[in-house]
Amino acid sequence: MEHRSHVYGVVAEFETAEQLLHAAEKVRLAGYGAFEAYTPFPLEGLAEAMALGRNAVPLITLLGGLLGGLGGFGLQYWVSVIAYAENIGGRSLNSWPAFIPVTFEMTVLGASLAAVFGMLALNGLPRPHHPLFNVQRFAKHASTDRFFLCIEATDPKFNLSESSRFLKSLSAANVSEVEDD
Amino acid sequence: MSTRPPYNTADPRPVVPILEPGHTYASVTDKISAIVLTRPTSLGWVAGFALTFTLVMVLTVAVAWLFAQGVGIWGINIPIGWGFAIVNFVWWIGIGHAGTLISAILFLLNQQWRTSINRFAEAMTLFAVACAGLFPLLHTGRPWMAYYMFPYPSTMYLWPQFRSPLIWDVFAVSTYGTVSLLFWGVGLIPDLATLRDRAVTKPKQIIYGMLAMGWRGSARHWHRYQSAYLLLAGLATPLVLSVHTVVSFDFAIAIVPGWHTTIFPPYFVAGAIYSGFAMVLSIAIPLRKAYDLEDFITMRHLENMAKVMLATGLIVAYGYFFEYFMSIYSGQKFDLYLTKMRFHGPYSHFYYMLILCNILTPQLLWIRKVRTNVPALFVMSLVINTGMWLERFVIVVISLTRDFMPSAWGRYSATIWDYATFAGTLGLFTMLLFLFVRVLPAISIAEMRELVRHTSGEHE
Repeated sequence: MEHRSHVYGVVAEFETAEQLLHAAEKVRLAGYGAFEAYTPFPLEGLAEAMALGRNAVPLITLLGGLLGGLGGFGLQYWVSVIAYAENIGGRSLNSWPAFIPVTFEMTVLGASLAAVFGMLALNGLPRPHHPLFNVQRFAKHASTDRFFLCIEATDPKFNLSESSRFLKSLSAANVSEVEDD
Repeated sequence: MSTRPPYNTADPRPVVPILEPGHTYASVTDKISAIVLTRPTSLGWVAGFALTFTLVMVLTVAVAWLFAQGVGIWGINIPIGWGFAIVNFVWWIGIGHAGTLISAILFLLNQQWRTSINRFAEAMTLFAVACAGLFPLLHTGRPWMAYYMFPYPSTMYLWPQFRSPLIWDVFAVSTYGTVSLLFWGVGLIPDLATLRDRAVTKPKQIIYGMLAMGWRGSARHWHRYQSAYLLLAGLATPLVLSVHTVVSFDFAIAIVPGWHTTIFPPYFVAGAIYSGFAMVLSIAIPLRKAYDLEDFITMRHLENMAKVMLATGLIVAYGYFFEYFMSIYSGQKFDLYLTKMRFHGPYSHFYYMLILCNILTPQLLWIRKVRTNVPALFVMSLVINTGMWLERFVIVVISLTRDFMPSAWGRYSATIWDYATFAGTLGLFTMLLFLFVRVLPAISIAEMRELVRHTSGEHE
């Protein structure tokens, strides 16, 4: 790719979590919308600094749990009352207390599957490659000991030289351009 | 996850940290990932793997012979239809419970000391559930028809009996296995990304890269990840309590003397956690020694686990006492006779061994010197695991050999194939652990970094 027209964004590297938290807040207040922070562990306070708000994982989990629970009870009801009704000494066919354990297990199963696969889907994973992996220092340190912040080119306020200068002013250890591919 | 101090600072004794001081994000990452990526395979590992692999071969032979001959090769016969298979099933599934307790319940309770032991405890859960699942499957006699237990539209128009605890068990154990795998897998994603980025050879980069699914630690991803992890912990907590409850229903809902008691669910769950913590200690002690992880799995972890064992052991002792008391109090002759058989019957030596292993010996854990003595703890963990196995033997076998009618009484003794299958699953469990520590990080790296941040933040 000799024609280097595609720029994904500009990424800054920070040595400490505090610097990143500070920078994330500043970038947001400067009016940028399309930016993302990258940390080697879940950093407390970052979601607030970036004003991420709530996410949809709990709702998806609730729906998965409801689906699992209703499906589990419905299956047992259908099997025991409709499909394979057996009169055993006149006992009631819909003996719901006996159906509670399986209903409970199916609720937990549905909710857990929804939580995990919902989280992955919302995160757009699996996605083996990402433009940021083109940045050597990112690939080497983002999952170990450094904190990164990337302003993306899709942001209307994005300007390669200006955004870079802005990031440098936020005590970034390193600022580099991210090539798209 | 919290800013609360990880220990009680009012305690006048010197505090043993949960992470030795001086560690940085990079140093914990290096140390844990090196076990997988750069450390040469030691002779001890090869020897251990070879030994456990041999036991897995024993399992294969035992299972092959079982398939050829049927369950008649085991010591079971009417009236004792549940021999070693069910004893081992209950024992293994109980062991798994500590992994979920550590990873889910201690997570919800904000116990930071769980961090360095949760990963391998979860792996232990998975492998124990795998071993447990084998037994009822083999015990069906026709394991190739095990799918009959699942509800599916069959050409015979047959459906499972959902009012039976045995079917509840199918759902409980398979849900438990699945959710444990999800929990473990989600926890691994960030660490797999670390391994991907640190691997130097192409095959490792590709394999870890595929498993990491392109994780890059983005703040939005972490945000959803933490929601999912917290929810999974919240879901796994009632789940783990339900699993051994359902297992205890297999007994408690039957009318056999010694089984038909309401104390079974809580006492089974306490026993499960008791044996599970013993197994975590049996694994943690050699692991920290072999891979120099004393900085991460400190004396505090070992002592805390010893305390949990002491507490759950007392609950189990309470359960034994109430079994005894209720049989006397009920005045029911069958229950009274069963209690007499436990003390004076043909299997009384199992009962006395059980009391020795599960109730008397663990009282030594009241002494701080014992709790902080690593070899003593290791021996204690093995004693407790033996005791918990004996407990299941006492419950399963003594009750079945002496039920209501003397004409239906019988005796049980295990055959060589029972022992071979049990030894085989011990081998399978240990072999999987050996493989696990070599290919996946045995301690959660991302959570250790978080711990570095919390502990260093406190010193500032």
